[in-house]
Amino acid sequence: MGDDPIPGIIEVTNLVKKFGGITAVDGITFSVYKGEVFGFLGPNGAGKTSTMKIIACVSPRTSGELQVFGMDPDISPAEIKQRLGIVPQETNLDPDFTCYGNLFTYSRYFDIPPDIAHKKAEELLEFVQLGEKRDVTVEKLSGGMKRRLILARALVNNPDLLILDEPTIGLDPQARHLIWEKLKLLQAQGNTIVLTTHYLDEAERLCDRLVIMDNGKILVEGSPADLVKQYVGNEIVEVEKTEDVLSCLKENRIPFEITGDSVQIATESSREVARILLDHCSPHKVLTRPATLEDVFLKLAGRKLRE
Amino acid sequence: MQQFWSVPKITQRAWKVWHRNLVVFFRTWKVNFFPPLIEAFLYLFAIGLGIGSYVKEIEGIPYVNYIAPAILAISVMNSAFFECTYGSYVRMYYQKSFDAMIATPLSIEDVIAGELLWGATRSLVYVIIMLPVFFAFGVISLPLSLFAIPLAFLGGLMFAGIAMCFTAITPSIDTLNYPSFLFITPMALFSGTFFPLTLLPVLFQYIALAIFPLTHLVAIMRMLTLPALSGSIVLHLAWILIVTAVFCIIAINLMRKRLIV
Repeated sequence: MGDDPIPGIIEVTNLVKKFGGITAVDGITFSVYKGEVFGFLGPNGAGKTSTMKIIACVSPRTSGELQVFGMDPDISPAEIKQRLGIVPQETNLDPDFTCYGNLFTYSRYFDIPPDIAHKKAEELLEFVQLGEKRDVTVEKLSGGMKRRLILARALVNNPDLLILDEPTIGLDPQARHLIWEKLKLLQAQGNTIVLTTHYLDEAERLCDRLVIMDNGKILVEGSPADLVKQYVGNEIVEVEKTEDVLSCLKENRIPFEITGDSVQIATESSREVARILLDHCSPHKVLTRPATLEDVFLKLAGRKLRE
Repeated sequence: MQQFWSVPKITQRAWKVWHRNLVVFFRTWKVNFFPPLIEAFLYLFAIGLGIGSYVKEIEGIPYVNYIAPAILAISVMNSAFFECTYGSYVRMYYQKSFDAMIATPLSIEDVIAGELLWGATRSLVYVIIMLPVFFAFGVISLPLSLFAIPLAFLGGLMFAGIAMCFTAITPSIDTLNYPSFLFITPMALFSGTFFPLTLLPVLFQYIALAIFPLTHLVAIMRMLTLPALSGSIVLHLAWILIVTAVFCIIAINLMRKRLIV
């Protein structure tokens, strides 16, 4: 046992999680490899958090195979959790302690000797730029500072795998960028990171590979760039939705998609499409932009919601 | 049903939760050490000297000496019960501390066991602070009264277990008022605390012995502080040990059911 070389840090096959009559996770399969940043994207209720909790050994699975570091969370939760760093969606810092106290107390739960815990806590406070707030109780921190402290707390045990559930939820742009910067740094140091988000720019920016989930199922898997290319194309041309434009597009056999009050045309060459539009359809406004993950997301998950 | 009775797997890590609470307790030691001292004085003066000047003796024992062990037992009950109801509920629901802890190698069983041990420790600390005051006033006798200290831990664990069962099933912090007023307050009055159990109608005596854990704790405590040991101490102790084990096990299982989904 244990000698089998298991390729992924996380190996999941046909994972199912049911709460009463509701199926939150509906038979998903994926692997996460060492050193990569792996993202879970999806609307609220897609099953992302349930999946994270199962991996983090705090919620038992209903069925399916699951190995983390080659171990089964049902059998060896403590051994797995010893090597995990968790950033939960909800802020659950200990209000009875200061910033330093939070990190030091948390270290104790991992059996880290006091002198090492002390050094690590000081180091991490600097890392998340909270050195000045060392002796401040957590209630006095801003939302962004709390999230940074939670990130620091997740690192006290030098985790082999970092799991972040909506790491920048509810933060202002500055605070988000600071978190991203820190995550990039951790990624560069070779950390394996799994994160969930419903911010598409965040996923595009951070993830090497990601899955888009909806209704408990994985819709697609791949790198952000590949997914965009595969499902949308390189560029998007947006034009206003009028009868003239619509019939003109149909005449010129350009495939399009109606989103709200505008028409979107996914294409390899926006220039050509824009030229046809301007020459033949006399639109008021034409906008060309690179395709993003958001387009993929809306194409896959957005349509489903309308059903 | 079986899930409520299965013996939970608890590891040494439970002491880490206990230690976390201990650190917070000692950091705010001024607020924590003062109440037991004040309470000891208040009871001694109000009930002991006030009522005691009318009720000189009960069963041949000076009234203050009669109620001193009851005050100790009630303090054991209150400190563990309120720690593991309101205190634990705040840590579980508002502070989300349990969620944070089970993301580490600690299991939910360890966390709840640590909370129970801590509730018992609060009772222990309370009694350790009160004993010298009572001794100074000459209302308890040494050295047998020193056994009140380990007894406080055992009794505290019993009330911690009972309290944690309520915490595990309460829908909100407000509904914790029910066990406080419908269970704890009557128990403090009708468990042979301020007057002998034998004054109650026979049926009520049996009820008190059957379902009021405090009755047994007061009985043992009184045997120790007067002192007036009798063979029935074994029965009282056995009752407490069994009830403690049962409720601590159910409490942990109920909590796991509540928190692990």
